[in-house]
Amino acid sequence: MTTYRLSHLDALESEAIHIIREVVAEFEKPALLFSGGKDSAVLLHLAVKACWPQRLPFPVVHVDTGHNFPEVIEYRDLQVETLNLRLVVGSVQEDIDRGHIVEHPTPGATRNRLQTYTLLRVLEEGGYDAVFGGGRRDEEKARAKERVFSLRDEFGQWNPRAQRPELWNIYNTRHRPGEHFRVFPLSNWTELDIWQYVEQESVPLPQIYFSHRRPVFRRGGMLLAVGPFTQPRDGLAEEVAFEASVRYRTVGDMTCTAAVESLASTPIEVITETAVSRVSERGETRADDRFSEAAMEDRKREGYF
Amino acid sequence: MELLRFATAGSVDDGKSTLIGRLLYDSKQVFEDQLEAVEASSLARGDEYTNLALLTDGLRAEREQGITIDVAYRYFATPKRKFIIGDTPGHTQHTRNMVTGCSTADLVVLLVDARLGPTEQTRRHATVASLLGIRHLVLCVNKMDLVDWDRKRFEAIRSEFDDFATRLQVTDLTYIPMSALQGDNVVERSSEMKWYDGPSLLHHLEEVHIGSDRNLIDFRFAVQRVVRPISSDLHDYRGYAGQIASGVLQVGDEVIVLPSGFSSRVEAIETADGPLTEAYPPMSVLVRLADELDISRGDMLCRPHNQPSAGQDLSAMVCWMSEAPLRPGAKLWLKHTTRWARALVRDLQYRLDVNTLHRDQDATELVLNDIGRIDVRTTVPLFYDEYRLNRATGSFVLVDDATDATVAAGMILRPTT
Repeated sequence: MTTYRLSHLDALESEAIHIIREVVAEFEKPALLFSGGKDSAVLLHLAVKACWPQRLPFPVVHVDTGHNFPEVIEYRDLQVETLNLRLVVGSVQEDIDRGHIVEHPTPGATRNRLQTYTLLRVLEEGGYDAVFGGGRRDEEKARAKERVFSLRDEFGQWNPRAQRPELWNIYNTRHRPGEHFRVFPLSNWTELDIWQYVEQESVPLPQIYFSHRRPVFRRGGMLLAVGPFTQPRDGLAEEVAFEASVRYRTVGDMTCTAAVESLASTPIEVITETAVSRVSERGETRADDRFSEAAMEDRKREGYF
Repeated sequence: MELLRFATAGSVDDGKSTLIGRLLYDSKQVFEDQLEAVEASSLARGDEYTNLALLTDGLRAEREQGITIDVAYRYFATPKRKFIIGDTPGHTQHTRNMVTGCSTADLVVLLVDARLGPTEQTRRHATVASLLGIRHLVLCVNKMDLVDWDRKRFEAIRSEFDDFATRLQVTDLTYIPMSALQGDNVVERSSEMKWYDGPSLLHHLEEVHIGSDRNLIDFRFAVQRVVRPISSDLHDYRGYAGQIASGVLQVGDEVIVLPSGFSSRVEAIETADGPLTEAYPPMSVLVRLADELDISRGDMLCRPHNQPSAGQDLSAMVCWMSEAPLRPGAKLWLKHTTRWARALVRDLQYRLDVNTLHRDQDATELVLNDIGRIDVRTTVPLFYDEYRLNRATGSFVLVDDATDATVAAGMILRPTT
């Protein structure tokens, strides 16, 4: 006899599909932020399912910091080709070249905060009124309080004190010209849910999410790749290059994303490791959250992802 | 693994954030770096012990003022269930957060201070939970360590609250004596209260039966989108996308479309993963019908002999969520299932005093956080059920014209005559 019960993954999937369909039905010009990270990979997978059998009726937007892992760009381009997507790229480098934003003079300095300018410029130029993001509430304390449909003012800013109440699954999409929504269909997913779903659905991911050999060094307790933007600094005892088997738990810029030592080469093996991990994914691998206890809240207020 | 969504509520100092911190911490959901950050903050604030409340108070203003401002969602899992917590702030003025947290919850955990017993706030929260259709209520009598783990004190609180709860529509009421601070009866059974033979809170959350809470009888399906791909290989394809609100739908079922009243037969139930023979809540699917009918977003599919109420005049309980008061004559936007309508508030029948459950029929307006019964007329017909019988088709939100803000949560009672 059937029990008419959905597993937690199927319930989360159905909720996300419902959200995506509400956006397609009620907005004029949606877009989906696609970084090539695992959350945006799952988000894209869900969007394709929500719109099936139609082709995705909106573009994917990538903010290219110029500091990306080459594997991620390759993966992005392959997805665009396979799924027949429209890709819009916002280039941070171009905005720097045009003098719109100024880079920190240190070589290889993070462009994390600079992305916000490029993101907002691309969104404004595209005239998008709803932008899907892969943010999850379990990632970070400020995100835990954000709505699924999160209003941004004319400046792209988030005001945490003036959020609309969000009731049942009835989403208030009304907004004025110039305002837009960030929509987070993965709000209720955890890192473990994402990996279990990747496994269940065989969602393709960039190879760097799985164990591979790579030259790395330690900085501030984190494991950074030796690459064009990050090298061990001379004279610092901690910063000595060595080769290790690593994978990434999150994928941001090469300058601010750290690896973890791991032999996990399949989603199942990653799930096993994630289930017993004692350090949060952002704490372990993201230098960009370490500025202050409110680093994420401050960046979100400015219009960050 | 099954999903359980619950909301937590309590007065400011009942130790709610501590309880959640404890649930996350003791079920090993708190990562070391998060705990280190909390320990450092506790030290900086001069707290005497690691303040687990800081795990949940995410916004700068909250940490500065030591209070929780907004509903925060937290996640944890045990081998038995995955849990989503809607942590709602406890200040008197935040009924609207409680309503928000309850709207998606299966169960509510209410905290009372063992020294004080149930307060006005406790009764208010229980009333709101009941109004929002919550069937499972857990009253955690916290800070038992401060009353020497006294069984008589616990029993007195239980008996006092039992009297009050008879007036509510909560069918499952559980009492647990605990100390969130010390972890007694949160995850592990307390060794201090041998006289208590019930489960710990976590054990109760893992075991409570929620499978029967869903409505599997009355099939309702609000159309989200009409899918008609413009492509040569799917030339004649026409599917209706939506989420099963209630009931079970099977291929071959006769269905009727509202408002047109035309009927047809379910030819296929589809998803990107392939066709299904049946679908049930809360599945998101595509439905294809045997006949080509004129159907658009906001229309509803149901069974010919089991239809929702249809009409433009209805009566509802609302929780008002705006600084500007609601008065009869107000014109607002209303969103119900996938349908938007304009709504005119024709009458305010009464304001409910949530502490005494007294109905004030002389009330002329509802102010922020008030709950009351209103009569509404809409520009287009709605297809709805009584909220008590069907949360998905019995709920709506009201939206202000000028600000676009969500200003009320509505729970439909019945049609007005």
